[in-house]
Amino acid sequence: MSESVPAKYQVETTENNLLLHLVGDWSYSTDLPAIPPLLRHINKDKVTSVTFHAEQLQAWNSGLMTFLIELIDHCEQNHIKVDKTHLPQGAQRLLNLAYAVPERKGARRTMLGQPVLTKIGNVTIEMHRSWNDMLTFVGDLCKATGNLLRGRARLRTSDLFYQIEAAGPSALMIITLISTLVGMILAFVGAVQLRLFGAEIFIANLVGLGMAREMGAIMTAIIMAGRSGSAYAAQIGTMQVNEEIDALKTMGISPLEFLVLPRLLALCITMPLLCIYSIFMGIFGGAVVSAGLFDISFYQYYLQIQDFVELKHFIIGILKAGVFGVLVATAGCFRGLQCGRSASSVGFAATSAVVTSLVLIIVADAIITVICQVLGV
Amino acid sequence: MSRSTHLQVKNLTMAYADTVIQQNLDFCVKRGEIFIIMGGSGCGKSTLLRHLIGLMAPATGDILIDDINIWDTTAEVRAGMISRSGVLYQSGALFSSMTLGENIALPLSEHTSLVTSRIEKIASYKLSLVGLAGFEDYYPSEISGGMRKRAGLARAMALDPDILFIDEPSAGLDPISAKLLDRLILELRDSLGTTIVMVTHELESIFSVGDTAIFLDTEAKTMIASGAPKQLLKESTDPRVINFLSRSV
Repeated sequence: MSESVPAKYQVETTENNLLLHLVGDWSYSTDLPAIPPLLRHINKDKVTSVTFHAEQLQAWNSGLMTFLIELIDHCEQNHIKVDKTHLPQGAQRLLNLAYAVPERKGARRTMLGQPVLTKIGNVTIEMHRSWNDMLTFVGDLCKATGNLLRGRARLRTSDLFYQIEAAGPSALMIITLISTLVGMILAFVGAVQLRLFGAEIFIANLVGLGMAREMGAIMTAIIMAGRSGSAYAAQIGTMQVNEEIDALKTMGISPLEFLVLPRLLALCITMPLLCIYSIFMGIFGGAVVSAGLFDISFYQYYLQIQDFVELKHFIIGILKAGVFGVLVATAGCFRGLQCGRSASSVGFAATSAVVTSLVLIIVADAIITVICQVLGV
Repeated sequence: MSRSTHLQVKNLTMAYADTVIQQNLDFCVKRGEIFIIMGGSGCGKSTLLRHLIGLMAPATGDILIDDINIWDTTAEVRAGMISRSGVLYQSGALFSSMTLGENIALPLSEHTSLVTSRIEKIASYKLSLVGLAGFEDYYPSEISGGMRKRAGLARAMALDPDILFIDEPSAGLDPISAKLLDRLILELRDSLGTTIVMVTHELESIFSVGDTAIFLDTEAKTMIASGAPKQLLKESTDPRVINFLSRSV
């Protein structure tokens, strides 16, 4: 039998008493015996008391202890007496310590085995609560903004400038790269189709309109959601973990005014500017492809855009960027404030900030597009 | 109980870049004793502990555990030696994304070849030793500070280390929890024979559990006293030591 090799104990039964000889090395490094065969033995022989013999026991540690605890627990359940006196001194003390504080009633949890309906219910309740939190947050934020407009908000200008710098100029490199590439891709994809009609010159319209109305704002918003939105959630979340938010509250300073408003304003200011930059970089990318691959000179491209892409398209794009800025900052700060008190919840806050931002951006874009359609602009 | 040397520090100097924190430290910790590193705030107690557990390399000097110089061997040997010692960090340092049971199981599953069911049993046993029976499925964020500390102690003992390093065991605990923790540490030492190195400035702990202590001073930048705490209080002539131990200004 594999269970009894190597032999760590020998059993001797005399008149309902089971004498357990513990032998050899009982530390982690060696294979520890399983308990079930011994328990079967105890049940089979109708044992009423257990004693130990430990003179041949060499090294031992928690491996032995868990074995003993399992044995003692089983014996207690079956009203079998256990005589611990011949165990090593240290083991006896440890057993006393382990049984000193009885298990607190109701402390143990049953985590698994929740029915599906319960899970669905819990998730629904959680979603409802989260939705309520969000509405409360938006309401509070509106109040704080009102305070700001009336000049009553506690907003540190140095904070605001720092946030503007972190969100704006530092993002220029990545915006340049992404926008130029998006412009080039638009130009290339469009040109292949337009060439079938000999209408390559309309690449300019396609790229100009696409960047100005949609792609400029969307690309900026996505970059900022990944760059600033997640950072806001992580910063504010960490402050939550360190009880800094509580400290602010007890000082009578609203975290909304102190932390959220500077970030919100910073994105409101920088996003439209970044969007303008992004639009021009996209149009430039389109120009490079047109000139390089499709024989349209820079000047032709420029004239075409000037004639066909009206100012209103740029204005719609820039306004969108402003709206997206508000959404990204709000989602980031909201998730940060909602953060729990552990390291992993900060990570979760950052992730959900980005996801929330992206969803809000796309939904808002769809709504704005419909409104523009209805208004005919 | 054999009283051979377990840990020895020879002429240790600790420094951050060019700033010397402590120098000329010489002491040895006997097997099975509770050794206290005491001193005022900012004197380098915790830095010394970080040196002893191999997180920081000494500027000069040697640290020997079981007569092996931990900074004179390969990184692998050092890692192996250090993983055999247990450390209880000041705030517990439990992994927040894991339950208490998983926290204790982690070193066991990494460093032993035990089967999962056995590891779970050992984790439960360790928790019962520190009075947290039944709390396997709790996350560190769901329990109180004192419980976190005891759970940290359970994790530090997961591998049945022969040497246990404890940083400020009673910091942030109420007097009763602190006393219970001290008693637990004593009990563990007595039953397992573990050597315990403890950093603390709590007089209560120093007198109730300490066998030997060293006193680090910020200005002298070295240890200015060593010996049994009660004896130090009676016999020391150094006013800095007396003031500290008798809490006078």
